[in-house]
Amino acid sequence: MASGIRDKVAILGMGCSQFGERWSDNAEDLMIEAFTEALADAGIEKNQIDAAWLGTAIEEQHVGKSAVPLSMALRLPNIPVTRVENYCASGSEAFRGAVYAVAAGAADIALALGVEKLKDTGYGGLPQRNRGSVNDLFWANVSAPGSFAQLASAYRAKHGIDAGDLKRAMAHISVKSHDNGARNPKAHLRNRIDEDKVLNAPMIAEPLGLFDCCGVSDGSACAIVTTPEIAKSLGKHDLITVKALQLAASNGLEAQHNSWDGSHFVTTRKCAERAYKEAGITNPRDQISLFEVHDCFSITELVTMEDLFISPEGRAVKDIMDGFYDADGKVPCQIDGGLKCFGHPIGASGLRMIYEMYLQLQGRAGDRQRKEEPVFGMTHNLGGFPHQNVCSLAIVGKMGA
Amino acid sequence: MDLGILAFGGYLPQSRLQRAEISKMHGWYNPGLKGLAKGERTIANWDEDAITMAVEASRDCLAGLDRSEISAVFMASTSFPFDDRQNAGVVADALNLKSQLMTLDLAASQRAGSSGLSVALQAASGAEGPILFAASEQRKTKAASPQEMTYGDGAAAVLVGKGEVIAKFIGSHTVFADFVDHFRGSGHAYDYAWEERWLRDEGYLKIVPDAIKAVLDKTGITASDITTFCFPAAMKRVASMLAKKAGLADEAVADNLQATCGEAGAAHPVIMLVHALETARPGDKILVTGFGQGCDALIFEATDAIEKLAPRTAVSGHLARRRADTNYARFLTVNGLVTMEEGIRAEVDKQTGLSTHYRNRDMAQRMIGGGCTECGTLQFPKSNVCVNPNCGAIGTQEDHPFADKKARLNSFTADRLTFSPDPPAYYGMIQFEDGGRLMADFTDIDPDQELAVGMSMKLMFRVKDYDKNRGFRRYFWKATPDNDDQVSAPAEAAE
Repeated sequence: MASGIRDKVAILGMGCSQFGERWSDNAEDLMIEAFTEALADAGIEKNQIDAAWLGTAIEEQHVGKSAVPLSMALRLPNIPVTRVENYCASGSEAFRGAVYAVAAGAADIALALGVEKLKDTGYGGLPQRNRGSVNDLFWANVSAPGSFAQLASAYRAKHGIDAGDLKRAMAHISVKSHDNGARNPKAHLRNRIDEDKVLNAPMIAEPLGLFDCCGVSDGSACAIVTTPEIAKSLGKHDLITVKALQLAASNGLEAQHNSWDGSHFVTTRKCAERAYKEAGITNPRDQISLFEVHDCFSITELVTMEDLFISPEGRAVKDIMDGFYDADGKVPCQIDGGLKCFGHPIGASGLRMIYEMYLQLQGRAGDRQRKEEPVFGMTHNLGGFPHQNVCSLAIVGKMGA
Repeated sequence: MDLGILAFGGYLPQSRLQRAEISKMHGWYNPGLKGLAKGERTIANWDEDAITMAVEASRDCLAGLDRSEISAVFMASTSFPFDDRQNAGVVADALNLKSQLMTLDLAASQRAGSSGLSVALQAASGAEGPILFAASEQRKTKAASPQEMTYGDGAAAVLVGKGEVIAKFIGSHTVFADFVDHFRGSGHAYDYAWEERWLRDEGYLKIVPDAIKAVLDKTGITASDITTFCFPAAMKRVASMLAKKAGLADEAVADNLQATCGEAGAAHPVIMLVHALETARPGDKILVTGFGQGCDALIFEATDAIEKLAPRTAVSGHLARRRADTNYARFLTVNGLVTMEEGIRAEVDKQTGLSTHYRNRDMAQRMIGGGCTECGTLQFPKSNVCVNPNCGAIGTQEDHPFADKKARLNSFTADRLTFSPDPPAYYGMIQFEDGGRLMADFTDIDPDQELAVGMSMKLMFRVKDYDKNRGFRRYFWKATPDNDDQVSAPAEAAE
């Protein structure tokens, strides 16, 4: 196997815009907000950046095609800039591009920026789009909540979980994310809610109610990466390095082959095995200090904690109800509020997750800082549908850990 | 060899609008509606039209039969979805018939069904193989019109040809008269009707007896020998008056299905014929009439073979497969009779690339997937590389039809976010019995029926998307609970 990315690349600086309904800002305004913070954090000049990656998924809704919008917004000095798209994992793809460029020695310092300006559609929820001229001939009329909601029916059938018990565990996930989001000044949703509010909310796609669904937000997040050596030469210490970067894409098995029962993510399981191996982690439930997972819907988080091998299969409900993933629990999950409350500006989300880990690992997360000092943080950024998706995982941690 | 009917099938949409609901809503405006406000009528689902209903009636007709011998598909309707794109061709595609086939649409009169059947029989006498004849109707009606009360939606299909017929074609006759009791001009959505008393006295009671007398004379059949008289008009008592005039037995007058179905236009003579054939005994003589700018009269005689015909859903089975629908507001909505706020999500452009569609027609209309000749794995859609992770062979897929396969439900939801003309949108993963699966839209979901993982599902041919900007509509297959097969649902479905 390849030697992997572990400790080859350090995060030099990060930034993240305020997420939310940014009615008065264009995507370019969000990009510069994240970039300015990252540049100041890195302590470098713009012209020290050798290459850049732009992650955005629904570009027709804001900046349009190509990497030029990033190059123009930041006035980058004609360096290589690439736009990447991989459903909701687009931000992680930008990070992967920048990290790999540094690891390859093709760039000393590289930039990854994700952005999405979603609140110009005129309605709530993700933009409704066509799926490609051939897919439109036969794909079901699926929305994001409707495709993820099906996890619940298959999960219940497989594990014999009562509908009410599952719904309550899902509600606990959302209540927890709202508690966490309330402590995050950059979060889109900062209100606390209770279980009754979740359970009594209008149904979006059965059994997902309104509060089982994450916010649709405007926002941007940004990372500047380099080698540990260069980071040190720039005066940085207590480095946060990349331990693992893995991606797994569906190949049609879930959608077309009857070996998948619909209750879990095939990609996440495969991706997680590779990520732990790359990072040298043998017991993730004990070793990972914090998770930011792709909680687009409460049920996604629930199932994902099993697919990442943290909760035993069929037992996530128990861990959730025990408070295992709460901010003061053993392994906090979505300590920043997650997609649910920090918000989900698609192209920015993967980088936002890493941003939170970066802050937490440095003890800079303010009111929401995990009490016990974190060592490894893991992000899970999923794009697509349960039956057809890409799963992107990153593990970051203290240099040498 | 005898010429006649080899097999028959029927289809009625499962939703039955309770006529009292119409009267309840519009009685203030037209108190006269109260007199019609009894019983129920079939109403097509939002994703049904004359084509989809013709497909279902044809599938019922052809169940268990070899389709490769069929030499032509004729379709009759006055509510064709397309003015210029052969509707019978879509039916033939959905039935996965061979391409060496005559296809033809018969239109523009309530007699399209009965005249079309005559033409199909005449053509079949000289054809290489049997002809599938489908009549289907889904007419739009204005709110609070008598037509809204009396019309119904439905289809019937018969396979006609030479051989071991279940009903022998004895003969037919047509009387022509440009008698216009109602019409629908080109580009107009609704029928324009003249006074019913004139229709009855100058139309039905003068023109129909002429046709009946002529066909009896021509065939040498005695009026009293007619066992079943199918007169497809909604108007009360007219059939009995005609029977009396023509010397037919009053017991021969067939139920016009007004109480349970409504009158399905050009399809109604064929629906009534199929209904009669369901219970016909060898030797029974069925007289079928069709009225519209004159009158057709056809006589069939059931043969011994009718007793051996495999059971089918036909008209009676579909009459029983009903759901009483009291939601008249939904009927108004899906038929565009009220202007609904559909929301911005409904604005997504549904343009179909015609070249894309033609290239992918086996998948999109015929429901053809692939079967791997290396490992035997079935999959939908067909692809260059086998989906079986232990195979992955390239270029080994043979065509494999999925439309008539049984399936089980794997996962599902009821979605209120995505745009649907009839929310919530139900969809989920279904798994076919021999392999292959599909994330499918569901249709005809009874809101009172609990969906459960493991339940039996089957496919139906439906409208997938309407392209309102261009007048196109694309069809695909949707899943619906197979309620005839639920007894065998496995235990894991229990929750």
